[in-house]
Amino acid sequence: MTRETMASPANGKTEVTKLDRVVIRFAGDSGDGMQLTGDRFTSEAAAFGNDLATLPNFPAEIRAPQGTIPGVSSFQVHFADYDILTPGDRPDVLVVMNPAALKSNLADVPRGGILIVNTDEFSKRNLTKVGYEQSPLEDGSLEPYQVYEVAMSTLTQGALADTGLGKKDAARCKNMFALGLLSWMYHRPTEGTERFLTEKFAAKPQIAEANLLAFRAGWNYGETTEAFANTYEVAPAKLPQGTYRQITGNQALSYGIVAAGQQSKLPVVLGSYPITPASDILHELSKHKNFNVTTIQAEDEIAGIGAGLGAAYGGSLGVTSTSGPGVALKSETIGLAVMTELPLLVIDVQRGGPSTGLPTKTEQADLLQAMFGRNGESPVPIVAPCSPGDCFDIALEAARIALTYRTPVMLLSDGAIANGSEPWLVPDVADLPDLSVEFAAEPNAMDGSDEHWPYVRNTDTLAREWALPGTPGLQHRIGGLEKADNQGHISYDPDNHDRMVRLRQAKIDGITVPDVTVDDPTGNARVLALGWGSSFGPIGAACRRVRKSGMEIAQAHLRHLNPLPANLGRILEEYDTVVLPEMNMGQLAMVLRSRYLADIRSYTKVAGLPFRAAELAEVFTDIINDTRPEGSGETDHVLTEATE
Amino acid sequence: MSTHLGLPDLGGLADVPTTDAPQKAKDYKSDQEVRWCPGCGDYIVLNTMQSFLPTLGLKPENIVFVSGIGCSSRFPYYMNTYGMHSIHGRAPAIATGLAVSRPDLSVWVVTGDGDALSIGGNHLIHALRRNVNLKILLFNNRIYGLTKGQYSPTSEEGKRTKSTPMGSLDHPFNPLSLAIGAEASFVARALDSDKKGLTEVLTAAAQHRGSAFVEIYQNCPIFNDGAFDVIKDKDEAARRLIPLRPGEPITFGPEEEYGVVRSGFAGLETAKVSEVGLDNVVVHDPTITDPAYAFALSRIGGQDLEHTPTGILRQVSRTTYDDAARAQVAQAKQAKPADLQGLLTGNDTWTV
Repeated sequence: MTRETMASPANGKTEVTKLDRVVIRFAGDSGDGMQLTGDRFTSEAAAFGNDLATLPNFPAEIRAPQGTIPGVSSFQVHFADYDILTPGDRPDVLVVMNPAALKSNLADVPRGGILIVNTDEFSKRNLTKVGYEQSPLEDGSLEPYQVYEVAMSTLTQGALADTGLGKKDAARCKNMFALGLLSWMYHRPTEGTERFLTEKFAAKPQIAEANLLAFRAGWNYGETTEAFANTYEVAPAKLPQGTYRQITGNQALSYGIVAAGQQSKLPVVLGSYPITPASDILHELSKHKNFNVTTIQAEDEIAGIGAGLGAAYGGSLGVTSTSGPGVALKSETIGLAVMTELPLLVIDVQRGGPSTGLPTKTEQADLLQAMFGRNGESPVPIVAPCSPGDCFDIALEAARIALTYRTPVMLLSDGAIANGSEPWLVPDVADLPDLSVEFAAEPNAMDGSDEHWPYVRNTDTLAREWALPGTPGLQHRIGGLEKADNQGHISYDPDNHDRMVRLRQAKIDGITVPDVTVDDPTGNARVLALGWGSSFGPIGAACRRVRKSGMEIAQAHLRHLNPLPANLGRILEEYDTVVLPEMNMGQLAMVLRSRYLADIRSYTKVAGLPFRAAELAEVFTDIINDTRPEGSGETDHVLTEATE
Repeated sequence: MSTHLGLPDLGGLADVPTTDAPQKAKDYKSDQEVRWCPGCGDYIVLNTMQSFLPTLGLKPENIVFVSGIGCSSRFPYYMNTYGMHSIHGRAPAIATGLAVSRPDLSVWVVTGDGDALSIGGNHLIHALRRNVNLKILLFNNRIYGLTKGQYSPTSEEGKRTKSTPMGSLDHPFNPLSLAIGAEASFVARALDSDKKGLTEVLTAAAQHRGSAFVEIYQNCPIFNDGAFDVIKDKDEAARRLIPLRPGEPITFGPEEEYGVVRSGFAGLETAKVSEVGLDNVVVHDPTITDPAYAFALSRIGGQDLEHTPTGILRQVSRTTYDDAARAQVAQAKQAKPADLQGLLTGNDTWTV
């Protein structure tokens, strides 16, 4: 982090420090509105033109007992004057609304970091609830930090005294007080939040006014008291030219599906069942029926994918969205889609597992489930986005593969990407790929009869024809039983089965996917950092740190996991060492070792949170220096400050 | 009360294209060899279906059969229509996706007692409550045939099978009661051997807009032979079968000497007409909205087949899920153009 300080021309009291990047974490009780606060601060940063990345982190319980550690909800936002890759390892500023939030988040704050504490909640009772015998505000334990004690609840109540709201309701606006204070500290524009509050509570003018008053009171508190010695500026980022908006992964994925429907000129039918962290895709798509999108909230996961497959049989772009436990339930239907060779998008927003696991946390541990989690030889293409914005492109890519090759496609997003947000360069619709499809119109029997043979294949793609019910003369039956090559009648013939298994495999193996590109600035790196999915950000940030320290490292990131890019085997051979960080126990590493007999160094962590750039930088540095023992997993975290 | 969304009350085939070309039963036979066991009731149902479909005058390419797994679920392979033999229990879910997206198709689900009531019980009740425009034919032979003879959810208590050598412990479902409990809008029963009755029920089911649930008693000659013999024997049938005719008093028996009368709280029972008087015999009305009436009718028929109502128990008009889903899409399209660039850009942008 670079800084530059000057006296503020505004009031002469506070100094303005220019920073290139800041990480702020808002933490409080689940009922304190921390997600909304973080979201609004993010929008302010976006409106100001910073690059940004966010990490919401909240419990699976809607309201865990108030004031307890399990009930803590937090939102971290990283904003900068240059292009950043992650939500940040450690917060420079931690805003805590109660003792539980302090206790569960303090360890992440580097020494010298800023703590802004709502002292009103630091009562004996609340302290005892989380195991503080003495108030950390009084026992000297916070000495290594810059602590700002603010009685946010009281100040908010005071500001709202004339609104007629009860004390309890008034205190509920304290999150807007915190937002106002931080907005002042970081010179954020406030018009967006004022507009947002007015619109959000349009039906409840009293609540709208209360939130606005609390927001302004927080701002004014910073401006008029002398409690804060510094304010900070983070200049707009120099991103590629264009129009930007803020977007989350689930939103971008939903837009990608809408776009795929438009670009293929097919109706979209989503069959889905609510599940964290994928439900927002169902919510978002349900808003866009004007794009010929039908959403079916089914009775269960199986019915969700069943409806998607039934619609695909009828000529729609069938989609189902879920998380890992839902994929387990959908497996049999994915197998039917493999057998019937119908296009279908299966979206898995991965979360911590196994079983119910960690519903609101992130993980990449469904890769092998996606690849092999079905009975029989059942190959399925797999793609994975590398950032929230990339979810849009990956949805279009998944649709391209499904429609071109008539196959179910697994799309592996994860909790970090799904809920995280970033600035997104809005694409020009004219540049989107054409996904139009041709349906079968004429009988295609190879024996010259007037029958339709459902399993006659395109010689290039090996895709079978998509013959829709309602097409005269093409009546045929498909299903889960093995079918005779070309003709498509039920067949138990041993040689036919062997041939069909190999044909289905060859079709998936033959899918055209782009080559993977390697970022190796000098061309002299001997170590390659390889990754897939949401770890793109931390790996990229770690590579920047390693390079900044004078060492060389190459980076490559996979968006296609089945089939793998054709040039991957050659790239793996070109480097002395390939290190592959994954938020699982080494699933892709297992696949690559088996596929390429390559000596992959697997680095794994399954903590429900994204990798930290500093952690990976240390791993990479050790490997470059050849000082890291083989097979070690978790590492101590580095506490030194570093740029990305 | 049923919820109407102001949609016209159309027949089940309103959007399905018709043809004037003459059709025969053989036009609906596929070139596949039928592989059910000799004497299987499924043959009769298949033949009835193939003779009945031409009477609808639909374009054959606009008819789709979707099935699950089990003996009956091989049905689509033998029909020269479009068809999907799917996975165990899931046919109603798959057919829902198809019916919602394709109003121009007449979609039939063929299922069995194990497929529909055991592994697929959830999908069945939800398809029925949503009232998706599907015709669901449940071939009930009270046994698992394809897996060679285990008891099913409609087998009688104490039934001895390979998996229940000391007798089954399960209390069976009454499929009609289950369907009515899920507020199915069309519920009927027919016998495989009764071609005329089955054809009447199938015709009404096809014309019904919404989910039509038809239980077909079907004999498995290998693993549960004679399960329905008591209602196929001419004399016994006259005593046990209760044919339901809309608008007529529900009487039965060789001399129509028995009738159905009210009993207790919302219940029905059988009585001798001579003892209660014809005026007290219930006049059948399948259009009564309250499912309690049809439910009471379904309870007259027991597992022991002592009394067995046949025909249409319930036929009410209620908004279908697929019509409503399409109406929402149409409404959204009318309200807002499909401006993809506008969607992607949103309302909150900045320019670099």
